[in-house]
This record gives sequence, C-alpha cells and structure tokens, in this order.
Amino acid sequence: MDGQAGPSGAVSSQSSSSAKGKGDRKVAVTAERVSKIFGSGADEVRAVDDVSVAIRQNEFFTLLGPSGCGKTTLLRLVAGFEHPTRGRILLDEQDISSLPPYKRPVNTVFQSYALFPHLTVAGNISFGLEMLGRPKAEIERTVDEMLKLVRMSELKNRRTSQISGGQQQRVALARALAPRPKVLLLDEPLSALDLKLRKEMQIELKRLQHETGITFVFVTHDQEEALTMSDRVAVMSKGKVLQIGSPRDIYDRPAERFVANFIGDTNFLEGSLESSANGQASIRLQQYGAVIKAALPEGKVPSGRVSVVVRPEHAALVADPTKGTMRGRLENIVYFGTDTHYHLRLVDGHEFIIRQQNRRGAIEGLATGAEAGIVIPDDAAQVLRD
Amino acid sequence: MALAQDVAESVVPAEIGESQAERVAREADARDVRNRWWLSAPAIVIISAASIGPLLIVVLYSFLAPGDYGNVKWQFSTDAWYNVILQRDIFDDSLQWADAHLSIFWRSAKLSLWTTFLTLVFGVPTAYFIATRPEKTRNLWLFLITIPFWSNLLIRTIAVMELLRAEGAINNLLVGLDVVDQPIQLMFTDFAIAFGMVYVFLPLMVLPVYASIEKMDFRLVEAGYDLYANRWQVFWRVTLPIIKPGIIAGSILVFIPSLGAYVTPRVLGGGKNLMIGNLIELQFGQGRNWPLGAALSFTLMVIVLLALMYYVRIAGGQQSRQGHA
Amino acid sequence: MLDMLLGRRGFSVKKLPGFATVALFVFVVLYAPIMILVVYSFNEGTNPSIWQGFSLRWYEAAWSNSQVQEAALRSIFIAVIAASIATVAATMAALATTRTKSFRGMTFIYSYINMPLMVPEIVSAVALLIFFATIKINTGYTGIGYLLAAHTAFCIPFAYLPIRARLESMDLSLERAAADLYATPWKTFQRVTLPLMWPGIIAGLMLAFVVSLDDVVITEFVKSAGQETLPTFMLGQLRRVVTPEMYAIATAFLAVSIVMVSFFFFINRTRT
Repeated sequence: MDGQAGPSGAVSSQSSSSAKGKGDRKVAVTAERVSKIFGSGADEVRAVDDVSVAIRQNEFFTLLGPSGCGKTTLLRLVAGFEHPTRGRILLDEQDISSLPPYKRPVNTVFQSYALFPHLTVAGNISFGLEMLGRPKAEIERTVDEMLKLVRMSELKNRRTSQISGGQQQRVALARALAPRPKVLLLDEPLSALDLKLRKEMQIELKRLQHETGITFVFVTHDQEEALTMSDRVAVMSKGKVLQIGSPRDIYDRPAERFVANFIGDTNFLEGSLESSANGQASIRLQQYGAVIKAALPEGKVPSGRVSVVVRPEHAALVADPTKGTMRGRLENIVYFGTDTHYHLRLVDGHEFIIRQQNRRGAIEGLATGAEAGIVIPDDAAQVLRD
Repeated sequence: MALAQDVAESVVPAEIGESQAERVAREADARDVRNRWWLSAPAIVIISAASIGPLLIVVLYSFLAPGDYGNVKWQFSTDAWYNVILQRDIFDDSLQWADAHLSIFWRSAKLSLWTTFLTLVFGVPTAYFIATRPEKTRNLWLFLITIPFWSNLLIRTIAVMELLRAEGAINNLLVGLDVVDQPIQLMFTDFAIAFGMVYVFLPLMVLPVYASIEKMDFRLVEAGYDLYANRWQVFWRVTLPIIKPGIIAGSILVFIPSLGAYVTPRVLGGGKNLMIGNLIELQFGQGRNWPLGAALSFTLMVIVLLALMYYVRIAGGQQSRQGHA
Repeated sequence: MLDMLLGRRGFSVKKLPGFATVALFVFVVLYAPIMILVVYSFNEGTNPSIWQGFSLRWYEAAWSNSQVQEAALRSIFIAVIAASIATVAATMAALATTRTKSFRGMTFIYSYINMPLMVPEIVSAVALLIFFATIKINTGYTGIGYLLAAHTAFCIPFAYLPIRARLESMDLSLERAAADLYATPWKTFQRVTLPLMWPGIIAGLMLAFVVSLDDVVITEFVKSAGQETLPTFMLGQLRRVVTPEMYAIATAFLAVSIVMVSFFFFINRTRT
C-alpha cells in the first residue's frame, strides 16, 4: 500500500525542488570516505562502510534505508555522538570529525524527542541559546519567534509532559531550530506519530525548511516519506550508500536491485544487452522473444546479461495477447479503488504485476485464467547496475 | 564510490587505520572511565573500610586462640573450627559431637525453612491479590505492604511479643472465649520465633513475587482458560512457572536473614531457644571465645553465599531461557 | 460476600478462589499487632495489656526520660551524618556506573557496592566488633566515629539503589540533546542530569536515614559504653519489665518511619 502513494507524491515535491535549482549550491556537509566500525574481531560491525556524501546547502536531504542500514549512525556521526573510525566529516569545508557535539553548529531532532521533562516548553526552546550565552532579550525574542514558527505560542509555559505527541514534536523542532544551526538533523522524527499527524507534520517540515532556509538531513525508513519530502534521497543498505538522487530519479531510474526493491513495487526481467548509445540500450528479453528499449544506469555500462526493472504502473495491459510486448496468464485481479492490480504469470514462471488506473468501465475480456498482452513502452524500463 | 559525482572534488584518500577523530574519541573514553573510577572511589573506600574489609579479619581471627578475657591470643590454632561442630570432653579429652551447637544449627535450619515455606504460603496469594487490584487501588495495597517492610524490625518484634505474651492479646482472647482456662505458653518457644520471623520477613517475599506477577502477561492466563484448564490448573501450569523467578528471589530474601536472625530469636526465644546469630553473639559475650565466634560467622556467611550463588544460577538460567524465546 | 466487598462480578481470569481471603488475613495479621501496640501506648494503666483509659502519661514519661532523650538524639545524629555521607558517595558511584556503555570494572563496582546487602547482619556486626576492637586497643579512641563509619558503610547500598534506578530510567538521549544544544559536560550535569535525578537522591537519602535509624544488630556490637541509640536502648529495656513507656517510644519511632517511607513511596512513584 505504501508504494502506491509514492509516485504521485513524488510529483508534487518535484516542483519545489526544481524551483530552487539544483547542483549549483554550495556544499554544507561532506562525508569523506567515512567508516564507522563497532566492536572488533569477529564481532566487528561496519555500521557505515566507506560512505562519501555531499549534502548541499538549503536542501532537504534524506537518508533512506531499512533499520540497521547505518543511516542513523551516519546522522550521529554528523551530530558528533559518534566519531568516524575512518574518513572525515566536513561542515562548511571544515573538518569537524573530532569536535564534541556541543561544539558543532548542528542540532538534532531526536526520534524520542528527548525533551527535558523538568523544563517548560519555553525552557526547552531557550536551552541551546542559554548555553551559547546569548543575551536575555535575544533569547526571549527568539523563543517567541520559534513558538510562532511552530504554532505553539499558547502552550509556552506548559510542561512537556502535558502536551500531545504532535505538540512535543513541534517543540523538539523549535528547540533544535532556535540556535539557527547550519544543519538540522532529524532522526526519524515522525515515526512515533499516527498516520494523520504524520502527514500533517510532513507538510509542516517542508514549510519550516522553506521558511528557515536551513539544510535538513532527514533519516527515515519510510520510502513514501522520503519521496514526498526530499530534494534528494540517499538510499542506504548494509552501511553503504547505493544511490543518491532526486525522488523521481530514485523511483524511475533505480540503479540497484536493492533500491528498486526497497522503493515501490517492481517487476524484474532478465535479458541481454544488444546495443547501447546515449544512456539508452536495447535489451533482448530471451525467454519472451521481445526487444525493449531501456535506460542505462549512470557510471559503468554493463554488458552481456542484464537485469531490467519495470514499475507496475509503467507497463500496460491489453486483452489481446498478440498485441503486447510479451504475454502472460492472468492469475489474480485485485481491485484497489483508484486502480487495479493485475498479477500475471510469465512463460518462465515469474510473476509480472501491472497497475492500471481505474476508469469507468473495465477492460473487456479480462478474467483470471485468460492470456493477456503486456505492453512495455520505450521509456518504462531501467537497466540495473549489477 | 558509486556516487563519484556527489563527492566533493577535493577528496583526499582517507588514511588507513585510526583516524584522528577516533583517537580523540578513544582518549576521551579512557578519560571518562578514569573519572568513573574516581567517582566510585569514596563509596568503595568506605565499604572496604567499614563493611567488606573487616570480613577478612574474621577469617584471620578464626585461626587464633581465644584470649582469657575476650579478644584473642596471637597464636595459630584450628580449635575454633573443630569447635564449630565438635567439642573436647572435659574429663577424657576425647572429641565428641558438640550437641549444643548441632541442635542450634538444626533449629536455625528448621526455623528458617519453616519461615520460608510459610511466607511462601501467605506471601504468594498476597502478592497475587495486590497485583490483580485495579490500577487505582493497587498502589495503596502496595503501600500497605511497604510500610512494615521499612518499619523498625525491633518494634515489629516487640509488637509480636505483645501479641504472644501470657497476658497478651491472643491469650486474653482465648481465655475470654473460654477456649482455655490458663494462658498458654506462646513466648519463648520455637513457635514464637517462627511466627515472629514470618511476621517480620513476609514483605520480603511479597515484594519480589508481586513484581513478577505484575510483569506477567495475563493474556497467557486467558490462553490457559481457552485451552480448557480450570483455575487451579492455570495457576499451577501457567502462572506459577512464569512467576518462578520472583518466588525464588523472595525465598532467598527470606531464607538468608532468617538463618542469620538475631533480634527475633533473642526477643521471642528468650535465653534458651538460640539460633546461630545468638550463638555467635554468645562467643563475644559470656562465651569469651572470639575465634569460635569468628569461625561460626564465617560458616554462616559461606552458607548464605552458597544460597545466593544457587539463586544467581537459577535466575540466570531463567533469564537466558527467556532470552531465547 | 468477599466478592461483593471487592466489587467483582462474572468470570474474571485473574481471580483465584481463596487468594483474596488469605491476602486480607495477611494484612489484618500484619497490622493488628502494630495497632495494639499503638493503642496501648495511650493506656492509662501500668500493665501494658489492660486498658484503663486514655492518657498521654507514657509519652510524657518517655519525653522526660533523659536516657531516652539522649539515645534518641544520638540515633538522629548518627542517622543524619551517616545518611548524608552515604548519599553523597552513593550519588557519585551511581553516576559512575550508569548512562554509559559498560566498561571494564563497572560490574565489579556495582556488585561491590551491593555486597554489604549480601552479608548477614550478625556477621557484619561481628567483623566490625573485631576490627574496631583492634583499632580501639591501638589508638585508645572510643568515640562515636566507629558507629558513624559502620552506619555510613551499610547505608551506601540503600542510598545507591534508588539513585541508580532513577538514573537508569532516565532517557539517555536527554544528555545527548543537551550536548547537541551546546551544553558542555559540566553544564549538562548541572542543568539536565542533576535536576532530573533529584527524586532519586532524596529517596536514597531517606532510605539511608531510615535504615540507619532502625539498625539494632550492628550498633549493638559496635557501640562503646554509653553510646546507646534508641533501638539498642529499647532492646536493653526488653530484659526488664515492659512498661507502656516502651510502647510510646515505639509508636513515636514508627510514626517517623512511616512518614519517611510515605515520602519515599510518593517520590518514587512520581515521574517528572
């Protein structure tokens, strides 16, 4: 279900990121060949394994991956709660790898919020400013400003235990934003909220990032969240960054099997590379006899046998089996309201799923057991790097 | 590497081995651990000087000869250890069983086991009762069991004494109801000691058992009923095995102070029904045999440590089994 | 009848027949002797168990008894000093053994501090008697320092446990959050850790105070002549005829303990 909202959401976030322009901005945070190894010998765990990332100023950058992929460790390396075993962390081109957290101009929104239970909402927000020794008047002004920014002004003097989860989330945000950090780190901040609140906070976070112009580094395991909110996403697995790109890049042009699998639903096809030019390739799908056009991944060009991915909504279904790129037997038709999923069995036994938007009137002649044609348009397929 | 395009142009190949950041972090860690030892130092020093350290001297003293007016003579002797269970006959100098000591050991063991058993019988239902109260009243019941737990042991023993005395509440009641003509002798009996120990040590059983019942998932009990078990079958086959760690903890917590009890047998047992604790005290008073007192103390401590180790093994096994589930 | 009293109806999976009866019996037996003691402390007559009317004469007698006064003051003096020192040492040790990844020796420190709880009281008492006797012979000092040292030592684990529990229950990310917000380690301690651990420290202090106040066995063995505390004084009096004056002292003593324990219970249960 998660996968369905993904593509539509990605479209909306695309407009905001393209409006800001890409690539020409300065780099805020750089991880240079960073490794973090916990334990040693047989118990050695490479939480972060030779990762290099450059996060640009003012961007909403997301680290996406399953739990244990190293995304939180990478965030903690930037915050200063961990120190890299190898490599360096740069902030504005300065090496901050050995600075303690309290000397780094970055702030964190913790997964558990970590609001100080003995302080009021205002006390929490002013904490960082007090530690920085800012004048009283400035602190008061900033606190009020922050409260207004997160729309919490009326709860200023409440205890943090007396406010709801969503409100605690806002206080945590305001507290981290108050010292105007160069980078705001967010460690799965929405995971404790229920679905409705989470949606609200997603929009709220985008607004805050827009209004403050601060670089956001956001950690999540929720692909939908990553696609809807980010300017760029880094997909991580087993301590490595597999792919970095805009949500649309990541979704439409996954370069790795893991990325294709982790984000959205995917059909995998095997074939051999016939020819390639300008990032486009012709792939012969041996078992089905067809030749399709597919985009090549960036970097090294694979050759010989390749894997190709096709998103379920990028393929189309036709009732006449001879009219398609290839054919399959319909095994299951699942109606979802906005669209319908068709599960087909290919000749080699693999499953192929097609997702079609519902219109008034169903496609004629489609019933389980029937043969149907699968149409793969030229821009639908992507070759994987492996 | 896959993202060459994203890495800043000026990438220097990272040095192999420890980074500067990690060296700084490691040094900070080492400093942190040193500071933690310094912080613990006052507590460790005080406990060494006035609690654990002196225990070593007990061992030393048990191998010396008794002084004429208490204390010790500084000469090596193993007599004290023989005397724990043996004694030399006054007339023919042969070694015999020290019947007086053995009977005291026997009474201590017997009374401690009875106390443990009775606190179990009364404590488990009490703990179960408290743990199954609604949220609001549960804390009140818990509070009611905590008060005696932290109240003065001597005063609670005096309260029991008042109850058991010849003119005490029980006898007054029995005589008043014509159950007996004469007040019955309750004080200065083994019964009085056992009653007193059950009374003062009961909270030590209830609290750990309560803690494990409170943690228990009552859906397991529901599952038991669902699978046709009746109340007692559910209790014996589901509840009891789950709360076993609490029961073992409670039993150890009751058994250990019972075995070493001093105040309760002294007040309720009078001069004649001694337990190990009183026997030890005697060696430092009228007995004037410090080495024997030291040997007896050490023996008691070893028994207690064995009981604790047995508990740790069982509790540890229990824990690892739960870890696998 | 009992069920009605406890407001239960229908099939309850938690109910076990007879358990409530046993529990209520236990509570009655637990409190009846104490109640009798308290009631008879207000008895007019000299015989402690024949009611002859309400009176405060035994409280007056105890209050004006110089031996009682002296013992009570000494008890309080020892408890205040021992509990304070023990709480400071325990707080430091608790800070050292929590909120960090386990380091070499941490388990040792933890177990060592708890070790006095494992040793039977009578054994500790004997050990201290022997140890202090040696020092007394060699230095000639017979002051109250021995009692203070002994009490401080056995109070430490009692102070340590609630403080440590409090620290353990605190969210580790709070200190991280403070560090993230530019607080140096010392500022973090001052502004976050210390204010949050206060309830634990107070609870530890009170437990230590009650434990010191209650101690009979170790004090009985360690005290020099003329160093009676209230409990050892009472223990000594039990050899003679028991008068309601004892009950009056016991009741007052009990009241102090109950107040302290209530406070402890309350603090321990409030989560800030």
